[in-house]
Order: sequence, then structure tokens, then C-alpha cells
Amino acid sequence: MTLDTPRLRRTRTIARIGALTAGAVLMIGPFLYMVSTSFKPNMLALEWPPRFIPRPATVANYVQAWSANHFAQYFANSVLVACGTTVATTLFAALAAYGFARFAFPGRTLLFWTMMLGLMVPGVVILIPQFLVARSLHLTNSLSGLVFFYVGGGMAFNTFLLRGFFERMPRELDEAMDIDGAGPVRRFITLYLPLSRPALATSAIFAFLGSWDEYSWAFTSINDPDRYTLPIAIAQYQGQHATSWGLVFAASLIGMLPVVLVFLLGQRHVVSGLQTGALKA
Amino acid sequence: MAVQTVVAPRRDSAGEPTPEVTKRRRRWRSGWAGYVFLAPGFALFVVVLLIPIARAVQVSFYQWLPFPGADNTFVGLDNYTRAVADPQFRLGLVNAIVYMLVTVPGQILLGLGVALLLHQRLPGRSLFRVLFYLPVITSWVVVSLLFRYLFATDSGLVNWVLVDVLHVAGHPVGWLDSRWTGIGALSILGIWKGVGWTAVILLAGMTGVPRELHESAAVDGAGYFRRTWHVTLPALRRTLLFLSVMLVIGGFNVFISVLLMTAGGPAGETEMPLTYLYKQAFNFLEFGYGSAIAVIMTVLILILSIGQTLIANRAERGE
Repeated sequence: MTLDTPRLRRTRTIARIGALTAGAVLMIGPFLYMVSTSFKPNMLALEWPPRFIPRPATVANYVQAWSANHFAQYFANSVLVACGTTVATTLFAALAAYGFARFAFPGRTLLFWTMMLGLMVPGVVILIPQFLVARSLHLTNSLSGLVFFYVGGGMAFNTFLLRGFFERMPRELDEAMDIDGAGPVRRFITLYLPLSRPALATSAIFAFLGSWDEYSWAFTSINDPDRYTLPIAIAQYQGQHATSWGLVFAASLIGMLPVVLVFLLGQRHVVSGLQTGALKA
Repeated sequence: MAVQTVVAPRRDSAGEPTPEVTKRRRRWRSGWAGYVFLAPGFALFVVVLLIPIARAVQVSFYQWLPFPGADNTFVGLDNYTRAVADPQFRLGLVNAIVYMLVTVPGQILLGLGVALLLHQRLPGRSLFRVLFYLPVITSWVVVSLLFRYLFATDSGLVNWVLVDVLHVAGHPVGWLDSRWTGIGALSILGIWKGVGWTAVILLAGMTGVPRELHESAAVDGAGYFRRTWHVTLPALRRTLLFLSVMLVIGGFNVFISVLLMTAGGPAGETEMPLTYLYKQAFNFLEFGYGSAIAVIMTVLILILSIGQTLIANRAERGE
């Protein structure tokens, strides 16, 4: 048996905290520097040597980011798209997952695995044909078109996530309600939805995060500046004000606020969603 | 039965299902209801993913112009032979492979380190987790712009640290002005953003390692590092396989960071396959050629994923 004296253990713990702190500084440092730059007057954003505490500090970048360039409009567009996507994705994925989990019908396995193809085909690769399809359906250059494509794109992952959850729910509850004469719709609403709140929350959170941050499709399908969502607007900002980093970061941080809020409030769900494979590839 | 009465207290007459009820249940269970629940979501999936996948293959055989009523000519495999011979596409492919060779091991090793450190009880553990996950949930657009700022030649924080703090560089490095330094900067961003994710996945895998294995190894006199090597890592084999497959796919799909940090420049030197296909389609309106590249990339990714899985399975059986 190894000798783990209390002293040795304490030294080890300190070493581990030291290593983690160093890592955390590397992870968080860039964000802190971004926050610092966002409070600097523009002429000091490119100063050498860099100053970490802005002096003089100013909120001018935030005021300008919010009031100029229709930023409020872009923010509203993003809210609309993200909320629409969240509600529709969660609802349709829950319905599909319920169908897969609790009904036997011909072709069930085939349909399920066809849908799982969606997990393997990465986004940008099918941007070209998606654009062609969207155009023939008159869904380019519109916010509802964005929602439509986000919901369809999220169907595979969220159905997969929710089906797993529904299948683990005890069948006895379902059967008991059935004996009471409750039809499939009522069981879905009064039994499956309430009991799967944690999974629904995970699904909703990732639908929200995914659509709030999505850039490639929005950038491809939206031309009209009135319909920009925040990621396009922020990237454009950088293009237009190449050296106004304070402004770009103020806009970025305003855009990050809902994401951080959702993350802190639903941390448990975020972690469980990440474990299932959300947000990657 | 006990479960039923707890959760569904409204029910007052319990009892075994009668044959009649069982029959009724079986009828709707196997009938149309499943399709009805499935329909809206599946229809969306078909329009947004399935049809475009088929369409990509179709378009790749054409000289395709994205104008209404355009005269699209069938060119067979021309777009594919063109891609294979295209030096810019090949350069992009080499860039993506280098990016992958750096970021996949980088994310796995560092993520493993973080996961091992976070796995045991530790003061402030949940705070550390939040800090490591923050880059994961932040949008690619924001972190790409941020890293472009950090890697700026004359005023970037990275050059300041290298020149003025560590004195390892005599003068500022033009990170985004040449091929390999540019891919280096992109790789650092990729690793930085992904470490938290690999750590989450590995932590989830570690909770599945039986405690007794560790304890009996400790009784046998194995120290922490030997236990990690002989107990933890073998138990994580499937997790590591999953991670490497996902990260290889992710590496080939590097896109937004390239677009916003280097835009493929200078002179296409840091172009990646996806940025190249994007430019072909949406800047030069070569939809057919872009689609051929997309199909090649998809097939390549599929082969790599299946190959990795087969190799890992064979290694497992060989032991």
C-alpha cells in the first residue's frame, strides 16, 4: 500500500490547484482582456505595451455599439430566431422521439437511422445544396427561413437525446394511463412531457445556444442588412471598423450575455448535453 | 403497482389489464399514431438535410450556375478530376491535415490532463469547470475575432508576451501573415476552444471506471501515475475513440475561424477545404465544383471515421 500521509496529500492538492489555476488563467485570460479592451477609448485599443486595466475607462463603446448600426434590430432578430428555433425544435423533436420510443410501426428502425445521418453530415459541407433548396422554397433572406433550417438541422441530435430519455421511462406508467383510457396524445402531454423536463431543458438550451451563435448559414442565406442576426452583424462590424476593437468587443460581449446567462442558470443541463455530444462537429 | 399509485393517484381501481384493454392498446401502438408523431420533425429533416445531401451529389456532376433558368450542363466526373488536380484544393487539404494532426492530440492530451485534475475531490472544482467550459459555449465568431486581436502583429497580446515578457522573440511575429504561423494560430484557437469539451467527455467516461479497480491497484502498490496508465486509460478506450473520431471530423470542418482570422490569406496559403469550397460556390458561383469538393470531403471524413473505428476494434481484439 502506498503511504499517503496527510502532508503528502496536501502537497498534491496544492499542486493540482496550481496546475488548474494556470490552465484556467489561459482559458479565461483572453475573455478578461476582451472585456478590458471593450472599456478602452478606441485609440488605446492598439496600444503597446498593452494595458490591462483601462485608464481612462469608458462605456462609450457600449453606447455606440448599441445605438449605432441598427444593433438593437440585430439583437431583436436574434432573439426572435433563437426563441422560435428553441420552441419548435424541442416540440418537434419531443414528438418524433415519442413516436420512435413508444410505437411499433413498419420502418421504424430504418427511419431512425436515416435521421441519425444528420449527426454525421457536418454543416458547411451541405451549405450549397441547402441554399438551392431554400431558394426554391423562398426561404432565403428571411428570419423564418433561418428558423426552418435550424429546426431541421437540430432534429437528429434532439430526437436522439429525447428518445433515449423516453425509452428509459418506466412503461408501467404509460400502461396505467392507457388502462384509464388516456389516448396517446394525452399521455404525451400529461405524462411524458412533465417527466422529461430535464431532457427537454437540455434540448431547449442547446437549440437556443446553437441558433443564437449560428453564423455560416445565416451569413449565406441573409443578404438584407435589416435581417442580420448578431453573429453576422458582429463579423461585419469588424470588417467595417477594422481597428475599432473596443466597439467590436462591446458588441460581442452584449451578444454573449444571453449565452452566459443560460449557461450559468442551466449548468447541469449544459454539462449533460455536452456529454451527449452537443456542440461539436 | 406501487409506482403507479404514487405517480397516478387519480386512479382508484387498480387491476391487471383485461384482454380487451391489451388488444386496444396493441391496436394503436402498432398503427398510424407513430407516423403522426414523427411526421413534422421528419419532414423538416428531409427538406433541410436529406434532400440537400442528394442534391449535393447531383449538382457535383454538373456545370451548375445558380441562376433561375440557367442552362446547367452535365459534365460527368469533370468537377472531381478538376478537384484532384487543383493545387489550391490540395494545399487546403494538406493544411487541414496539419491542423488536425496538431489539434486532435492537443485537445485529447490537454483535455485528459484537465479531466484527471478535476476528477478527484478538490476545493473550487465546480468553479474550475465553469472556467474551462466557457470557451466551449462561446460562439466561433466571437472567439475568432478575439484571437485575431490577440495574434495581431504590432499590438497583439501574444507578441507582447513573447517579445517583452518572455524575451523569446526579438521582434513581433507576423502570425497571420504567413502559412505555418497562421495555421499555428488557428490550431491554438482550436485547442483552446475544444479542451473544455474533451474534458467533459472524459470526465463522463471516468465516472464509469469502477472504484474497486483503483483500490485494488493501490493495494498492490501502484502509485497514482501507474494507476492512471494501467487502470484509467484502458477503461477510457471507447471514450478516447469517440473523441478522436469527433475531433478528426471537427478538424476537417474548420471554417469560421479561418474565414474570420486569416480569410485563407495570405494569397490562399491558409485556405482550408471548406473555406475553399465556400469561396468557389458563393464568390465564383461554381456550385458544381464546390459540391464536388463537398462530396469528396464527406467521403474522406466517412472513410477516416470508419477506419479509426476498425483500427481501434482490431487493437482491442488483439489484446
